Amino acid sequence: MNIPAVRAIFVSEMARWFRTISQSLIAPVISTSLYFVVFGSAIGSRMSEVDGVGYAAFLVPGLAMLSILTQSLSNAAFGIYITKWSGTIYELLSAPVSWVEAVTGYVGAAAAKSVLLGLVIILTARLFVSFEIVHPVWMVAFLLLTAVTFSLFGFAIGIWAGNFEQLQIVPLLVVTPLTFLGGSFYSVKMLPPFWQKVTLLNPVVYLVSGFRWSFYGRGDVAVGVSLAMALVFLAICLAVISWIFKTGYKLKN
Amino acid sequence: MQAIIDIAGLAKSYKSGFQALKSVDLQIGEGEIFALLGPNGAGKTTLISIVCGIVRATAGRVTVAGHDVVREYRAARAAIGLVPQELTVDAFAKVADTVAYSRGLFRKGRDTAHVEHVLKELSLFDKRDSMVMALSGGMKRRVMIAKALAHEPRILFLDEPTAGVDVELRRDMWAMIRRLRDTGVTVILTTHYIEEAEEMADRVGVIRRGEIILVEEKAALMRKLGRKQLTVQLRRPLVALPGELAPFDLERSANGLALTYTFDAQAADTGIAGLMRQLAACGLDVVDLQTRQSSLEDIFVSLVSEAS
Repeated sequence: MNIPAVRAIFVSEMARWFRTISQSLIAPVISTSLYFVVFGSAIGSRMSEVDGVGYAAFLVPGLAMLSILTQSLSNAAFGIYITKWSGTIYELLSAPVSWVEAVTGYVGAAAAKSVLLGLVIILTARLFVSFEIVHPVWMVAFLLLTAVTFSLFGFAIGIWAGNFEQLQIVPLLVVTPLTFLGGSFYSVKMLPPFWQKVTLLNPVVYLVSGFRWSFYGRGDVAVGVSLAMALVFLAICLAVISWIFKTGYKLKN
Repeated sequence: MQAIIDIAGLAKSYKSGFQALKSVDLQIGEGEIFALLGPNGAGKTTLISIVCGIVRATAGRVTVAGHDVVREYRAARAAIGLVPQELTVDAFAKVADTVAYSRGLFRKGRDTAHVEHVLKELSLFDKRDSMVMALSGGMKRRVMIAKALAHEPRILFLDEPTAGVDVELRRDMWAMIRRLRDTGVTVILTTHYIEEAEEMADRVGVIRRGEIILVEEKAALMRKLGRKQLTVQLRRPLVALPGELAPFDLERSANGLALTYTFDAQAADTGIAGLMRQLAACGLDVVDLQTRQSSLEDIFVSLVSEAS
């Protein structure tokens, strides 16, 4: 294992993040705060409890998850795409670095950023709403699992993307709708019976539900199912990434 | 000669059907400076990219320091530093950071002293805290060389190192390459500036349309293919060449004031003495003489055009 290489990639990716801290950390925190002000306070105060907790508190895990998903995806996708786009990837390809090490560095950094961001968002939320976290260890576990899975997904998108438009298209057209329809803002139980079934095809539902369970001890689906689905999704992403590197897809012509 | 790079039967076809390399065999000796010459699109960069692991070969085998570049890629790549042709640098990083990053990728721990040495060697030390994007093109090129040298490679690949580089940097680079060779580093440079190969190389390879058409010691090549020309300036214009001068195959200038004689500098009898005697016998007054040795450039042009 080439540990210095993993560290070098991780450090340089984190440095990129800190260089643009206002965009990478402050902007998501502000937009999440706006969600709390609008949905939590203004609208939420007129709403009854959802699934046994106040609406504003109900929103916390979902909103944190929303940011973690989108930021993991965009951080990881951008990190590797910009290396490809600028041509500096020659160095990675000609270095004694295995794909496992390269992915560990890039995905590790992207996941670390979104875990940091998720924690900051939860802390920010605490300023607006009062809530307790019932299963803190599971909360961190779901946070890590989601951050790693979506960073892997983002990494694959970054390698696949041939231009900036393609880089944006999957997050915008697939992931954002899935996240909004994934029970971040509502409980699946609030949907008509038919849509309750349809929504179970959405992988984000399981992640949000599991994350919410770690906060309040209840979710839309059983926590075991959430965990299993999260692991399945992780496995799929790992398989795609290993295929990319084994075949040299879009990396080596 | 102990070969540090051994290339056998190397071929590369791109998906478009373009055959960039056709069965290339080449050995590079440890510690030599090897210049790979060839016109644009001849396959120089493809060849380097396969050795460095950036491009996959269609067929053939490459070993670097005895390690197969595919099966033992770690050991093979660890020996190599690569400076690609394009200016590709992480624009937003600091100079010292991006050099330290390269060192890390090659499994080397932090070594501030070595990084500092490399930066000083390339006159980058004053710029170590500058962002790469703030540097001039020549300085960026130096940063790329510093990155390639950060992990103390045994082999340095320079792909068109002096394309678009000013005279000062070119001189610095040549001096640096010589110092590297003195420390035992093998240097492979591709270029289409023949001047560069002539100045630097121990051996020269010529590649054309994916085939190595010649590999030779530079000195031997220049000797073998080197022609000398003697130009004789006359006092009065010569309208037509007298029959006595026909065996010398002279070339008469348009104004009739100069005659050019081409000869093999290595030959036992260059024929110069005979020519001088004949000129005198014909009553031609000679005012000046000059000789010119053909450069590697002339050799290269004749090789490439001969083969096409």
